[in-house]
Amino acid sequence: MTRFVQSVVTGFGFGSIYALLALGFVIIYKSTLVISFAQPSLMVIGGLLSYFFATVLGLNFFLALLLAMAAAALVGVIVERSALRPMIGKPVFVVAIITIGVDIVLRIVANRFIGPRPRPVRDPWGLSSLEIGGVFIQQRSLAMVAVTGVVVVALAVFFKYSRTGLAMRATALDQETSLAQGISVGTVFALSWALAGALAAVAGTFVGAGSGLDQQSWIIALKALPAIILGGLDSLPGAVIGGLTVGIVESLVATYQGQYAPWLGANFSVVSPYVIMLIVLLIRPYGLFGTPEVKRV
Amino acid sequence: MNRPRSAGRGRPLLYTSYAQDIAMFNTPGKRWGVAALFALALLAPFAFNDDVVLILALALVAAIGAIGLNLVTGYAGQVSLGHAFFLGIGTYAGAVLGGDPEATRALAFGLPMVVWIPGAGLVAALAGLIVGPLATRLRGLYLAIVTLGLVFLGGHLFKEARFITGGIGAGRRGAALDFFGYRFDQAGPLLGLDLTRAQKQYVLALVLLSIFAVLGRNLARSGVGRAFSAIRDRDIAAEVIGVGLTKYKVLAFTISSFYAGVAGAVFYSIAGVVEPTAFNLLLSVQYIAMILIGGVATISGSIMGAIFIMTLARVTQEIAHYIPYISTQAIGGGLINVFQLEAILYGLLIIGFLIFEPRGLFGIWFRTRNYWKGWPFSY
Repeated sequence: MTRFVQSVVTGFGFGSIYALLALGFVIIYKSTLVISFAQPSLMVIGGLLSYFFATVLGLNFFLALLLAMAAAALVGVIVERSALRPMIGKPVFVVAIITIGVDIVLRIVANRFIGPRPRPVRDPWGLSSLEIGGVFIQQRSLAMVAVTGVVVVALAVFFKYSRTGLAMRATALDQETSLAQGISVGTVFALSWALAGALAAVAGTFVGAGSGLDQQSWIIALKALPAIILGGLDSLPGAVIGGLTVGIVESLVATYQGQYAPWLGANFSVVSPYVIMLIVLLIRPYGLFGTPEVKRV
Repeated sequence: MNRPRSAGRGRPLLYTSYAQDIAMFNTPGKRWGVAALFALALLAPFAFNDDVVLILALALVAAIGAIGLNLVTGYAGQVSLGHAFFLGIGTYAGAVLGGDPEATRALAFGLPMVVWIPGAGLVAALAGLIVGPLATRLRGLYLAIVTLGLVFLGGHLFKEARFITGGIGAGRRGAALDFFGYRFDQAGPLLGLDLTRAQKQYVLALVLLSIFAVLGRNLARSGVGRAFSAIRDRDIAAEVIGVGLTKYKVLAFTISSFYAGVAGAVFYSIAGVVEPTAFNLLLSVQYIAMILIGGVATISGSIMGAIFIMTLARVTQEIAHYIPYISTQAIGGGLINVFQLEAILYGLLIIGFLIFEPRGLFGIWFRTRNYWKGWPFSY
């Protein structure tokens, strides 16, 4: 039982990283109807910036986090303005492929800065952990969950009560109508990329705080894809629930698969989110909370 | 030869029947152009060094895979990021069927080439047949992400099935190019000419590509191809006019996977050793880049794109000598190394082509041709 709880708690920590990334995907999808495959590179860049501010410059962790968020948001806006704005009105698939191109370019540049050694982000928690009823919880995991919680609540408040949030929701609903209402749709696009960049930076920072950023860290961000598919491409709560589910499932599989299903091979947990995604999609083609597309001729 | 009669009278663009209009070489320009290109392609192995010829041979084989991807993504409009998975399945099917049992520790049956090339295609097609129904359930980006998941699942499978793939770090050799006792992977005479190993592989690749390109072009201009296009353009409208969505979507995936299987198997038997990590997301993106840069929904574009992408690595290496701060070593030194430069070029080329020339190399050719067709008038 302890092992089970331990596993779930660990999964919760990772799940919150996936949830943050998934939120970025969903925010971009809702406003521009494009899946941005550039999220992995934004995550790595965000984490790398945190490393620079926190470890190299020795700033306070939270200050570094905020600076990294701002800088990654800026990168997001630049990407949107330069590579995606010319493509408005083109088929979504083509735009999605452009984001793959953007991802490759940005990631190579980021990996060049990372180099052969992992880059650890200096955080205030280190390896210290709490013990509650025999379950060891890393303080870092708790911090991850807490930061994710704060971010999710802040986003929810932003979308529900601010004028800009309302503009973003309106744009998600219908771009032309919101244009007619005086909403600057271009600004909304830029803002969604900025938000996605900032969220990816938070995720990247916590990835860096855990094991350090290395050349392969970007793979982690791709696990947010099963998360958004699980939750449904256009559902913000779905993204959070999907992200946490993916994290917990992955952690549970990592704990129990070696014991109960060794024939699935080593490290099956890494690909288990994709299996879950396949199963869910076959039952519910638009994810758990996604809006079914209205098909018209 | 079934030549349109109107062409003989000096009116090449007058079609008097539907069959003429959809004929494979419906203009004299196409007939002579293709013949000239084929002649050039036959001469190419004698014009370059063996290492370049080998790259070209691999490019021609990759073109088969690119045609396959273009059939499902370009013609039928079903976005597949899972091409690497099908390439992998085909590669290992080919390696198991045609591998030399004495030369490898992995599973191998040592069957001849006439068996393992179609065999690799059929096994991959079977995988496509199983995956295809997903496309009837999912649309657009959902399908793209699911096929992307397939690449990761496939990667895991290939890593774990060590008795077939040799496992990470070791890998295994591809199938032997043994055509009824005639070896395409050893230097020797061919039709009276004394050829090197690379040149013979090139000839084999050219023959295979010609076969599959003609098959692909025929498919595209037949009823099946028109059904594919109808599904791509408006799937519900297609269904209304009587195109069976399930049937044709599954068919598209199956045929595409067959092409991928053949391409994968031949590619790695020419390249030599194959490691299970080769079939990753980057490979899928490479094939996507081939059809986007070459030209979506064109056979000739797939070939152009494949040659462009496959020679890019070599071109980058050549360029690197003339640009300062580019290191040719894998680790350290310089601003970036050639491998990073190559990857960045992929990315930039994808972005650039999609923004400025969405129809790819084919589009450039198309505009050039139309300019000279109307010359000296602008239209």
